[in-house]
Amino acid sequence: MNRAGYDRLAAAPGGAGYSLADIRQEHQARLGMWVFLATELMFLGPVFVGYVVLRQQFPQAMAEASHLTDVALGTINTLVLLTSSLAMALAVETARLGARTFARRALWLTAALGLVFLAIKGYEYGMDWREHLFPDARFHAKDVRDQAGARMFFFFYFFSTGLHALHLLVGMALTLAMARTLAASPAARAARRLELTGLYWHFVDIVWIFLYPMLYLLERWS
Amino acid sequence: MSADAPSYLEDGYTLRSWLFTRDHKRIAVLYAVSITLFFIIGGCAAALIRLELVTPQGDLVGADTYNRLFTAHGVIMVWLFLIPSIPSVLGNFLIPMMIGARDLAFPRLNLLSWYLYVGGGALTLCALLLGGVDTGWTFYAPFSTLFSRSHVIVTLLGVFVVGFSSILTGLNFIVSVHTLRAPGMGWFRLPLFVWAHYATSIILVLATPVLAITLLLLAAERLFGVGFFDPALGGDPLLFQHLFWFYSHPAVYIMILPAMGVASEIIPCFARKRVFGYRSMAYAILAIGVISFLVWGHHMFVSGQSVYANVVFSILSFMVAVPSAIKVFNWIATLYKGSISFTAPMLYALGFVGLFMVGGLTGLFLAALAIDVHVTDTYFVVAHFHYIMVGGSVMAYLGALHFWWPKISGRLYPETLGRVAALAIFVGFNLTFFPQYLLGYEGMPRRYHAYPAEFQLLNVLSSAGAGILAVGYLLPLCYLLWSWFRGRPAGDNPWHAQGLEWHTRSPPPKDNFDAPPDGGHDPYDYRPERTT
Repeated sequence: MNRAGYDRLAAAPGGAGYSLADIRQEHQARLGMWVFLATELMFLGPVFVGYVVLRQQFPQAMAEASHLTDVALGTINTLVLLTSSLAMALAVETARLGARTFARRALWLTAALGLVFLAIKGYEYGMDWREHLFPDARFHAKDVRDQAGARMFFFFYFFSTGLHALHLLVGMALTLAMARTLAASPAARAARRLELTGLYWHFVDIVWIFLYPMLYLLERWS
Repeated sequence: MSADAPSYLEDGYTLRSWLFTRDHKRIAVLYAVSITLFFIIGGCAAALIRLELVTPQGDLVGADTYNRLFTAHGVIMVWLFLIPSIPSVLGNFLIPMMIGARDLAFPRLNLLSWYLYVGGGALTLCALLLGGVDTGWTFYAPFSTLFSRSHVIVTLLGVFVVGFSSILTGLNFIVSVHTLRAPGMGWFRLPLFVWAHYATSIILVLATPVLAITLLLLAAERLFGVGFFDPALGGDPLLFQHLFWFYSHPAVYIMILPAMGVASEIIPCFARKRVFGYRSMAYAILAIGVISFLVWGHHMFVSGQSVYANVVFSILSFMVAVPSAIKVFNWIATLYKGSISFTAPMLYALGFVGLFMVGGLTGLFLAALAIDVHVTDTYFVVAHFHYIMVGGSVMAYLGALHFWWPKISGRLYPETLGRVAALAIFVGFNLTFFPQYLLGYEGMPRRYHAYPAEFQLLNVLSSAGAGILAVGYLLPLCYLLWSWFRGRPAGDNPWHAQGLEWHTRSPPPKDNFDAPPDGGHDPYDYRPERTT
């Protein structure tokens, strides 16, 4: 869309209250966010390609190593993260409708659930560390014949979940910043910025939706 | 035109007004200064390499130092000079003006990307000062992860950070071209320079993150010794090569597409003719951008990947030649029956077309499986990619710098010296790199500091050429600096060029245009009678 397009939009019925600059900024910010998410997707892409190669190379060891992860905690974390996305979606919608107090509470809930996720993940990391599952020189996977393959699995496990946790931290920082500034900024602007934060939050959530079966559910009940 | 508002150069003289500017033109100048510094450092490494290769024995530097020299040369020239060269300097300066905007869509992000570039560059320099890296710019695993005893991680980190600077620049360009075109400016009224940068930006945004994460994996592997890429531990070194070239082949197009955009602006202006086949040029740019993602495997023909993969990558690599040839034909057709004037920028642009053609045609040799086996890792490959990167991109960068110099500085560079430098660079370049084709074809491998005596004659020729090339590069550095302060005022449009960026003052005011620019403007409205 070029400037003539914005002119038309601003003149259209329902466009009241929006200036040309507002509409353009909204378009720019949304496009910028989607381009950024495309970058993020390509950033994580090689991690998934690496996983496919490992799974091909060590089918047995990958499955056996996967059984050493704590599936109960992984499942609880998946539920926590999905619920946080629900809270974020509610925040985005309610902010758009102008119910800012509700939106702010939903944002606090989103960030709190993010924190719960990280706490559970940290507890899991601690257990893994004590069981010598961190892929350094002391690595030892109990009851797995192919130690090299298992070590590769846990390298992937720590690399991907660590990267995911970093992204989640960024998302939490954004969410908290939104919650703090929501009341102060003009309604339309706040709703727009919140929508972009929401896009990012859901992206981080979707990444986990793929990581969860890849790490926790490999041939678990077969 | 009114001269009420001060030009962007007169808008504050303090260091602060430069370092905290959000003006795309000032950020472009910051980029120009910083990439020139890195070009000089990378050039010094190249000079030492060529000096060492004058004699067959390894007498100037030892094997280990030599490895560190060509790695420094490669890393600095690729990531700290070529990739940001045309996009970050001229793209940054010109794209907003060419689309009739005041600035890029995200000015603060633009400044941030310069700081990321400087930060990443500083890290890379640190690694160099600590003693350098000996892996080659390709960082092949498992050498880089298990065996190299040099500063790999600091260098990886530097390149990682510079990568994010590229990504942010690409993102900024994409959003700007989508949202900031002046009223009336449809996609097919964009100058080809903007088209080329649009395609480049897409590659920057989609390919650079793949390199970033690959370097992160490499660093993690080196830190923990996991063996993700190490065959001895069950890892896969080909995986690293695939991921690396998935970025690094498109990276070649990050370097050459903007150069093509430059040639498409300079040639019509000095042939006083509309660019031939505008739409086919735009589509060819997009086609090159798309195919660039599908050819990375041609760097791995002898790596042991499957024969079927080799055949497919070979065919796809041949396909890049089609849109590239369309562009060359169109440039020549633009020249046909034009009123050509051989100014310095035009000499660079013509040099670009010729050298790009030689580089491109030898690329076809390398895309052919049987010949590639013979010349893999020889000087033939070195000559080929230098024809594209130096003969292509650097020639175009210098041409662009001369062409838009009056726009950027408001001054004229000395024309005679400009032509002399362009010729010196053309002659010096060919003398440096043409012998390397012959050396490679006869079997001299790359990356060795000593060689059999029978190769000496061609190596001496090549080193002599490098001397001429160095003089050719130093000349513009000196006279452009001089003309920035002392050059003759250029007037607003010394070339009678048609691009929208020339329809304002030179140097432009802070907001680029005094009056709202006309989006329906035709950037290639050249006619022979306009020549002066």
